[in-house]
Amino acid sequence: MIVSYGEVLGLAVCLFFMGMICVATRRNLIMILIGVEIMLNASGIAFVGAALRWRSLDGQAFVLFLMAVAAAEVAVGLALIVYAHRHTGTINGDKYNLMKG
Amino acid sequence: MTLYSGFFYLLAVIITVATALTITSRNLVYAVIYLVISFLGTALLFYLLGAPMLAALEAIIYAGAIMVLFLMIIMLIQVDEQEGVVSLLNQCFFVIAVIGTTFSLVMLLLYANPGSFLPLQAGMVTPRQFGAFIFQRYWLAVEVVSFLLLVALVGALFLSRSQSKEATYGVKR
Repeated sequence: MIVSYGEVLGLAVCLFFMGMICVATRRNLIMILIGVEIMLNASGIAFVGAALRWRSLDGQAFVLFLMAVAAAEVAVGLALIVYAHRHTGTINGDKYNLMKG
Repeated sequence: MTLYSGFFYLLAVIITVATALTITSRNLVYAVIYLVISFLGTALLFYLLGAPMLAALEAIIYAGAIMVLFLMIIMLIQVDEQEGVVSLLNQCFFVIAVIGTTFSLVMLLLYANPGSFLPLQAGMVTPRQFGAFIFQRYWLAVEVVSFLLLVALVGALFLSRSQSKEATYGVKR
């Protein structure tokens, strides 16, 4: 006997809000990417809890795909950050206000 | 309160505190270390919720590979500038609206669904069952995801070409 699905979903919603606040308030591109990771992880917790709640393996399968998508997103995102840092010299999101930077 | 629910609450506290420290810490390296703790707690939570395969993958991919990638990039580019933070107090109404709407939708979802607050029965899916399910039901999605990873690899390589090669190939930017 574990806790109810409502409590698992509550934890996932809390983590999702933390990620959203991180994305909305921090201006560092790496912190924004970390916020996206936190949100993806929170949705994974909700999926695994749902898989246990409805006794179905589909939820766990989706978490596997979610991990692959997160890995691809981080690879491309960090490459973009390195590219932007090389061309502008900063990773502060507010500093990108020039065209042909 | 059974042993399992005690474990769940302990893990929930660890994950929440580590994530809160992540999003508030000024130093990027500390943020990533706290996030590793949060992801390891999530891996234990996956094990508790009956997914040992996903727990191992979470520890290997998330807490291992992705976080090491973050650390490498943080150490590669010097982050020494003072970072400005957007204050959420200016958009107080917007924040309350978003959080309130989401919480009310989740509560509606939970109460519309009978049995949402019954305790879950513990279960365990062995990696063998999980692999058989994945490759029988979702084999096409596995192929698509592998192709996505290939595209991401090529994209990252394309973005991180050095300048001298760009000059050699005559690519204008």
